[in-house]
Amino acid sequence: MNIVISNRSDEPIYNQIYQQLRAAIVREELAAGEPLPSIRSLARDLQVSVITTKRAYDELERDGYIETVAGKGSFVAPQNAELLREKRVNLIEEKLVTVIHEARTLGLSLPELQRIVELLYEEVL
Amino acid sequence: MENVLEIEGLSKSLGDFRLHEVSFALPRGYVMGFIGPNGAGKTTTIKLVMNLMRRDSGEIRVFGLDNRRYEKEIKQRIGFVYDESHFYGELSILDNRRIAASFYRDWDEKVFQQRLRDFDLPAHKKVKDLSRGMRTKFGLALALSHGADFLIMDEPTSGLDPVFRSELMDILRQLMMEENKSVLFSTHITTDLERVADYICFINQGRIVLCQSKDEILQGHVLVKGALDLLTPEAERLFIGLRKNQYGFEGLSADPRRVRQVLGDRVLAELPSLDDIMIYNVRGHQSV
Repeated sequence: MNIVISNRSDEPIYNQIYQQLRAAIVREELAAGEPLPSIRSLARDLQVSVITTKRAYDELERDGYIETVAGKGSFVAPQNAELLREKRVNLIEEKLVTVIHEARTLGLSLPELQRIVELLYEEVL
Repeated sequence: MENVLEIEGLSKSLGDFRLHEVSFALPRGYVMGFIGPNGAGKTTTIKLVMNLMRRDSGEIRVFGLDNRRYEKEIKQRIGFVYDESHFYGELSILDNRRIAASFYRDWDEKVFQQRLRDFDLPAHKKVKDLSRGMRTKFGLALALSHGADFLIMDEPTSGLDPVFRSELMDILRQLMMEENKSVLFSTHITTDLERVADYICFINQGRIVLCQSKDEILQGHVLVKGALDLLTPEAERLFIGLRKNQYGFEGLSADPRRVRQVLGDRVLAELPSLDDIMIYNVRGHQSV
C-alpha cells in the first residue's frame, strides 16, 4: 500500500492519510481483519506528527472503516459487501464532484459534459 | 489527557525584558515546538522550567509535580539539551560522559554506547575539537541515556546545516515511537517543526501568541496574495499582517472563512508556513 503526502497541498495532511487509507480499504487492498501500522510508526514513516496520524485513524474508526483494540492496535473492520459497493460508488461520486466543479469553471453545460462521459465510457476499456 | 508539563501564569522580569503570565500545557506523548524570534522569551521560559532561574510568580508542574519542590526527582526523568559548551572542552567524550553519568540514578551505559554508534561520535576525541553538530549530538546522546521520559531542547538546531537538522528530526521521530516520551523543543527555525511537531507554542515579546496543535494553527490561517485595489478598509481589517508594494499585497489572516466571503477568488489563497505565521504576527502591518 502506498501513501503519498503533499506538504504544500491545501488538503489537510490528516485528510490525505484518511482518504488514502479509506481508498485502500474500499478497494479491498487491505482486507478485513488486517492490522494497520501503529499510529506512531506510520507517523514516523510518513514524517508527519503523531497527532495528525491519530486524527486520521480516529476518523476512520468513526466512519466504521477500522476498529481499534486497546493494547493491540487498529484493524480493518469487516465490510458488508453491499455497503462496500455503496462506498465505492461514493468514491466515484466524490471524484465526479471535482469534475463538475472544473466543468462549471470552464462553462461546460451538462449535455456537453454528458457527451464527453459517453464518448469516453465507450472508448476506455 | 495527562500533561507532562503545565505552566500557569509564569512571569519574570529581567532588565528590560518581561515574561508576561505565560501559560501552556504539553500532553504526554507528544512533541511541542516552542517558537518565536530571538529574545522572545523561549530560553527564559525553559530555564524557569529547569529551575535554573528564579521566577517572579506562577506555577510550573513537570510530570504533575511542582518543579521546585520535586526538582531532583523531576530532573532524573528529564533529558536536557541546551545551547553548547556545558561540557569540559579539554576532556574526551568518554570523560565528559563519566561526569554526566554520575548525576543519574538510571544511567544506562549500554544505551549510551549504542547512541555513540548511532550518532557516529568519536569516543576519544576532545569535546573542544568536535564540530557544532557533533557537540549537539553528544548532548543528545547524554540526554537520551538515563531513561528520560521528557526531552527538553533549547535551540538544538541553531547554526546547524539542513542535513544535520533532518538527522536530528529522524532521531526525534524514532524517540516518539514510544508512547510515554514527550519533547519540548525551542527553535527559531520553524521548518524543522512543520513535520515533527504535534503542538506549536508561539511566544513573542514575553507573551504567548498562539498555543495549539500544529494542524489547527496551520489550517486556522491563510496566506493571501492579490491586487492592491482589493484592499478596502474592510478587507484590510481581515489581516494580522500585510505587506504591500507597487505590484500587489500579501497578507496573513486568521479568518480563512471571512477572507473567502469578502475576497473570494479574486485573490490567491495559500496554506501558510509556520514562518509566515511567525513573521506576520511579529511584523504586523507595514509597507515594503
